[in-house]
Amino acid sequence: MSETLPVAAFWILALASLGGAVAMMATRNVVHAAFWLLEVMLATAGIYLLLSAEFLALVQVLVYAGAVAVLTLFTVMLTLRRREDAVREFPVAWGSMAIASLFTGGILLVLARFRPALAQVPETIPGVEAFGEQMFTTWALPFELASIVLLAALVGAVWWTGGEDL
Amino acid sequence: MSPTLAVIVRLVAVLGLMLTNGVVMIYLLRKVLGHLHIRLGPMHVGWHGLLQTVNDVLKLLTKEDLTPRAVDKVLFFLAPVVVFVPSLMAYLALPFSEALRATRLETGMLFTFAVLAIVPIGILMAGWASANKWSLLGGMRAAAMQIAYEVPLLLSVLPIVMIAGTMELGAVVDAQAGTWFGLVPRWFITDPLLWPTFLIFLISSLIEVNQTPFDMSEGESEIVAGFASEYSAMKFALMFLSEFSNTFVVSAMGVTLFFGGWLLPWAPDSWYEAVPALAPIVFLTKAYVGVVLLWWIRGTFPRVRIDQMMSLGWKRLIPAALAMILITGVVQKLLAPVLYRAVG
Repeated sequence: MSETLPVAAFWILALASLGGAVAMMATRNVVHAAFWLLEVMLATAGIYLLLSAEFLALVQVLVYAGAVAVLTLFTVMLTLRRREDAVREFPVAWGSMAIASLFTGGILLVLARFRPALAQVPETIPGVEAFGEQMFTTWALPFELASIVLLAALVGAVWWTGGEDL
Repeated sequence: MSPTLAVIVRLVAVLGLMLTNGVVMIYLLRKVLGHLHIRLGPMHVGWHGLLQTVNDVLKLLTKEDLTPRAVDKVLFFLAPVVVFVPSLMAYLALPFSEALRATRLETGMLFTFAVLAIVPIGILMAGWASANKWSLLGGMRAAAMQIAYEVPLLLSVLPIVMIAGTMELGAVVDAQAGTWFGLVPRWFITDPLLWPTFLIFLISSLIEVNQTPFDMSEGESEIVAGFASEYSAMKFALMFLSEFSNTFVVSAMGVTLFFGGWLLPWAPDSWYEAVPALAPIVFLTKAYVGVVLLWWIRGTFPRVRIDQMMSLGWKRLIPAALAMILITGVVQKLLAPVLYRAVG
């Protein structure tokens, strides 16, 4: 297949993710903001797919779109006492905006100054099997550490919400 | 044929299959439920009511598409799309035969469940956009169910991945070829070790497709069709087409993972080579038998309460699924080599 198709797909996805992020910040409706967040996550999954990271893309859809975004929507809707409360005034926080702009500018400056080597996508893409093997041999220790961190968070959450019953 | 044209042909074929499935399954559901209730179901349009659903589709196409005044217009319009597109995508990885499938995905199993996970988001969107208390309740229930059942569903198929050693659905079917002792087909369902796994898969799938013991998001008799109350005409049709189609996809996944996909018991490979249509026909037949079984459950059991479903998901299914993964791992690594030597 020609080069134009992936390039076009990339621009559409890039526009979707950046535009979605801007729309999420700009909308006054918190429910709409949560749906825009979801859209950004799906667009990101599309970019992973474009990089041939099939497994990562699917996990992104499953975990971020399927679980995190649903949880966000769920809590937003659950805490809204009236439907009208979803739309609220949008005070512009100039201070935060300045900090964010400074941060972005700093990152861009560093990138422009040091020009990190762009990683090349290899000719043959390693599949899920190779990925799993790497994960459980080379990266076994970080994997286990991550699982302990998650377990601690889980136990903490149960303890926090369980109250006196535990 | 150019690759682009091939892709388009495949997509149209998938869409055609999905629409045909919808029409056939609605008729089948009404007949199956009818006979379970000891009545006849549709009888008047065509022989034994065969053309009834065709008429219904035409009616839905020509009905007025209402948009209530208070709805959130953009989300109200978008929700049926968000429900429909993932269920169409879910067909992509299904292996109808060795050659016949829309695409060969190395992560096909994960892909199917990942795209199906987007459907409840559409339902939640519909529930919110409708500006109706019942609809919102239905949407919230769909979201809560999604969070509760997603984990056990994915965990329940992991033992299959461990035994087959792959997530590619065609290869999972290939792993089920042959017989035990030259007698019992080596489908995963004939492995007693996988029976608890199948039970977890069955329950989670029923929740996934909002079938009756777990149809709280629709709940016709308590929250008047839940997320769908405010929808009419084609938007409504799209949502319910997607629900029927998801039932088919889940049944097809069950057939692929546990019942040997396109394989017939004791059939030699030469049959499939001689008659290329055999494999897809076997696959479709098995999937439809699965669908009828799901509807048998639907026609038999009463709806459970949302809190009962939640405690079932979190307190029973997840620990059971985790335990099954552990057991499968131990058996695969320690006992299987010994057993294989004993069986020969």
